[in-house]
Amino acid sequence: MQLTGAEALIKSLEQQGVETIFGLPGGAILPVYDPLLDSSIRHILVRHEQGAGHMAEGYALATGRPGVAMVTSGPGATNIVTPIGNAHMDSTPLVVITGQVATSSIGTDAFQECDITGITMGITKHNFLVQTAQELPRAVAAAFHLATTGRPGPVLIDVPKDVSQSMMDWWYPSTVDEYDLPGYRPDVELDEHAIARAIALIADAERPVLYVGGGTLKSHAAKELLAFAERTRMPVVTTLMARGAFPDSHPQHLGMPGMHGVYAAVTAIQRSDLLISLGARFDDRVTGKVSAFAPEAKVIHVDIDRAEFNKIRAADVSVQSNVVAALRALDAGDATPKNLDAWWREIRSWQEQYPLVYDAPVPDGPLRPQHVIEAIGRQADAGTIVAAGVGQHQMWAAQHWKFEEPGTWINSGGAGTMGFGVPAAIGAKVGRPERTVWCIDGDGCFQMTAQELVTARSEGIPIKVAILNNAYLGMVRQWQEMFYDERYSEVYLSSDLPDYVKWAEAMGCVGLRATNLKEMNDVIDEANKINDVPVVIDFRTDTSEKVFPMVASGSSNDDIIVHPSQRGAR
Amino acid sequence: MNTPEPFAGDTRHTPVRHHILSVLVENKAGVLARIAGLFARRGFNIYSLAVAPSESHARFSRVTIVVDAESAPLEQIMGQLDKLVNVVDITDLAPRDAVERELLLATITTNVANRTPLLDTLGNAGAAIVDVDPGAVTVMLAGTPAACDELERALEDFSEVELHRTGRVALPRLGQAAQD
Repeated sequence: MQLTGAEALIKSLEQQGVETIFGLPGGAILPVYDPLLDSSIRHILVRHEQGAGHMAEGYALATGRPGVAMVTSGPGATNIVTPIGNAHMDSTPLVVITGQVATSSIGTDAFQECDITGITMGITKHNFLVQTAQELPRAVAAAFHLATTGRPGPVLIDVPKDVSQSMMDWWYPSTVDEYDLPGYRPDVELDEHAIARAIALIADAERPVLYVGGGTLKSHAAKELLAFAERTRMPVVTTLMARGAFPDSHPQHLGMPGMHGVYAAVTAIQRSDLLISLGARFDDRVTGKVSAFAPEAKVIHVDIDRAEFNKIRAADVSVQSNVVAALRALDAGDATPKNLDAWWREIRSWQEQYPLVYDAPVPDGPLRPQHVIEAIGRQADAGTIVAAGVGQHQMWAAQHWKFEEPGTWINSGGAGTMGFGVPAAIGAKVGRPERTVWCIDGDGCFQMTAQELVTARSEGIPIKVAILNNAYLGMVRQWQEMFYDERYSEVYLSSDLPDYVKWAEAMGCVGLRATNLKEMNDVIDEANKINDVPVVIDFRTDTSEKVFPMVASGSSNDDIIVHPSQRGAR
Repeated sequence: MNTPEPFAGDTRHTPVRHHILSVLVENKAGVLARIAGLFARRGFNIYSLAVAPSESHARFSRVTIVVDAESAPLEQIMGQLDKLVNVVDITDLAPRDAVERELLLATITTNVANRTPLLDTLGNAGAAIVDVDPGAVTVMLAGTPAACDELERALEDFSEVELHRTGRVALPRLGQAAQD
């Protein structure tokens, strides 16, 4: 069967089971958009290529399946660089297809030419510049294989226009051997000696902590984690990337560690004698000052990526494995720590003394952002998916939302990409249309990517967006207040400009506003009744509200700053 | 790639703790850029790098990289390198387990006065003259990095026009299993 390269590309995506592509056409990718008209694949036309990338990420994080985005060459490609970098930092499986100028024009500074494989070399797991139409099916199959196996990540396929226009004999690789990836071996054999040494360390532990990272979600290990944790009675902390991997309602869950972590979670790690890292990478936001991090702890480091071992913190035992297989092996070996009663008594006292708190809500407003998040959460259906941008609102959402299952928390961790929330929420809703999807956003973030609500309205994707509008770039403001003598430099945004309600309405969404407690409850009720169009709520929140606890950048986790109301007690 | 201060001594072109990575890569466009980019963005130092087709010419090339195991742990360098999809195999050769060779080319201006000492120097080093004109010679030495160092130092006594070294290539010493 003779096909054009464009037809072969679309057919290859169908072969991979792709249901949705997020994209925006342009000159170099034009040939591919023609056969798309006859395909079963749904295409979501975004308003900016960055939106396509973050939607694909939201889709991937909510479904566990790779997200797919397609854009044109030059500025189309560079506009999607931020999502690619974001997905790389968070190990999110993504396949990004970019148009490229014709092979004969490459290197001539042709119109809308850019070296996107060069640009994304350091922020993709791998990328391809396809040279012939005949090679397209192999590139697509290999891209999906690379994106989804081993440590997942973004893969880019650059398709020159003449490649998509020329003819090929249809074929599709049927086995991994045909992918032509002689240097890629994602399957690792579990090292039984390492498991045995890990079991021995666990047997000696009196103050162990399960330090659960995003790799636990990537390897779908929530069930195994729950079983292992309950059998061993070990305390669990879930990092920003792992929220939802272990139920927040579980009595063994101490919450999130790190810069804005729960006191008991941070302190349990600091005092631990054994840290079992499950798909976590000792990020600086978790460790604080590395030399002062968990100083008495031995470390068992489980990761699929061996380059993570001893990168930040030396491990006593490194287990190269996905989290599921490692947990099963530890369970099979009956890894059991010593009696943990004394350890739990200590942890419970920290929990009692330093719970997550915030100042009491004021009836007339301004609203407490944490209170708004809790109010939304209380009325949300079970299984509601929450997406966030980056900043204070993200930390409050991670702290105050109750996550009970995997795939319900969609956020930008390693890269910290402002503007992630709205498009990621749209992608999540496309992937899980039966779920309610809330985006907890900040006013600064919202202004970066809000235009994608036009996409959401026109494509019938009814997400709900809660803007915690404090009129500031809040996290930067917090740092300037705490560490720069309250010298506020370029952080004021105004709560009224833009008018978020009118803006929402102009984009075809329902726009609501709440300035006091009664309005807060009313608009949440109203938003929950709307299921056909996107809703945007402008919550007027307290400007001076700060995220606590906090470990200042570069400080030891021992120097955690608790909420002002708890400081006398220390 | 940072260029550190040359190390004074017999191996002044190599760091104190150097390792030789013999890296088999797919012969595809951009592979060298991927390796160089990885070293640059991770802050790993490369002392020398040589690329040539390997025993299976069409499909693979062999890249010999001398790395500074002080700039980053070897485990990190190899782990990150291994993640490059086009990297097929990495062999870590500790200097004592490797046969290392390098090629040196130098052009020296000649005159009546320096001809005899120059010929002596070349003779002692086992270097050959590969090009001549009335005012200059180009000489060549293929040898161990230390021998190349030694000749380079000896040539400083002469009026050097230009000197190039290839960076080393290496293979495991026979009878020694290469460490993976």
